Amino acid sequence: MENKKISVLNLKKNFGRLEVLKSISIDVKEGEVVCLIGPSGSGKSTFLRCLNRLEKITAGEVIVDGHPISDANTNINKVRENIGMVFQHFNLFPHLTVRENITLAPVELKKMDKDSASRRALELLERVGLADKADVYPGQLSGGQKQRVAIARALAMNPDIMLFDEPTSALDPEMVGEVLEVMKQLASEGMTMVVVTHEMGFAREVADRVIFMDEGYIVEEGTPEEIFGNPKEERTINFLNKVL
Amino acid sequence: MAFFEVLVQYFPSFCVALWATVKLTAVSLICATVLGVIFGLFKVSGIKPLKLIANIYIDIIRGTPLMVQVMIVFYGLSQVLRPYGFAWGNIGGNFTAGAVTLSLNAGAYMAEIIRGGIEAVDKGQMEAARSLGLPYGKAMSKVILPQAFRTMLPSIINQFIISMKDTSLISIIGIRELTQNGKIIAANSASRVMAIWLVVAAFYLVVCTLLSKLALLVERRLSYGK
Repeated sequence: MENKKISVLNLKKNFGRLEVLKSISIDVKEGEVVCLIGPSGSGKSTFLRCLNRLEKITAGEVIVDGHPISDANTNINKVRENIGMVFQHFNLFPHLTVRENITLAPVELKKMDKDSASRRALELLERVGLADKADVYPGQLSGGQKQRVAIARALAMNPDIMLFDEPTSALDPEMVGEVLEVMKQLASEGMTMVVVTHEMGFAREVADRVIFMDEGYIVEEGTPEEIFGNPKEERTINFLNKVL
Repeated sequence: MAFFEVLVQYFPSFCVALWATVKLTAVSLICATVLGVIFGLFKVSGIKPLKLIANIYIDIIRGTPLMVQVMIVFYGLSQVLRPYGFAWGNIGGNFTAGAVTLSLNAGAYMAEIIRGGIEAVDKGQMEAARSLGLPYGKAMSKVILPQAFRTMLPSIINQFIISMKDTSLISIIGIRELTQNGKIIAANSASRVMAIWLVVAAFYLVVCTLLSKLALLVERRLSYGK
């Protein structure tokens, strides 16, 4: 058995009477890059948010790094330290500088003292190509720069797993590339990644596995070659015809 | 002019009264801010009993006049609690009673302001903070409240000004603040009643203006890169 980072079994999620996820089961191995694709409202983002309990699951089991996420005895804050998340709308903290955005969690959670957190922030900014922006406020950055800062912020806690929730959907087209570039680099360094995306090119190039979701189910999964080159399910074929 | 005659003649007593008004305002506003944060957090907590407590408190305060509240606190409480050895006289007298009332009163309005400010912060901010592993309290104090505070500031200042002027109603229990001082002077000098009350008004106006200016300064200090 290979090292499983995320293990999901029969996950169900309802919002009131609406069933958003209807029995999802997947495993993600260490270092694997999994891309979730599918039409809007198919439950991709909800599924991703169940992985760090931003959404409480209705039924089933989610185990991340050996911790049962839905178990009340699990210290969810500790588990979350190990799961970075990047949001569609960046969600940078507008009242803090870029550097403070990145150092907030490591310093507050006593992972690092202020100086080493600040050095680490600069390293991370270097990595995402924004070393010169350490002391500006998020409001002064472009969308692509914001998202790269958000990635740096998520990496500051040295997570084993990164979740991306449509990280390029709110960006102007010319800024998509710079964000995807950073994500590719992360993938090549062996980060375990789960990415909800509409960027089929990215999924095809970077993903180890592509999962097509629709109406709360996993319809089809496979390597990018299988899904994009030779989709088997009717719904997958329809969807791909529309977006490609 | 009668206005300046009154001002000069009674200047010392007005200064003492002004000090009482300022003290009453300052103490009450500090306590009200603390109460407001606590009950505002209760309201957004999602914990039903806490929400209920906050709602009851806010409804009672908002549904009754300040003057009645101060009567209940000052006369009512001392009657009911006298058998247990309680007397306002032992803990600062009518000033304390006035400050307690005003704090409770302004606290309820502050709670609503703070709730509104917190709810106005984008939901993604809390999610981002929590996703980094920050516990709820830290996410609230480091991420949500600083942002909420900025949007709340104009309303908070407004409440401060209202509460400052509300100290005049507290004169009913005999605290010699600006209004009570005016009443006493007017009682002895009825022929200059207009001038006396204009002087009283002028003192309030000056304090309010200073408070607004101070607020503007704070607001400017708090603005960050947009």
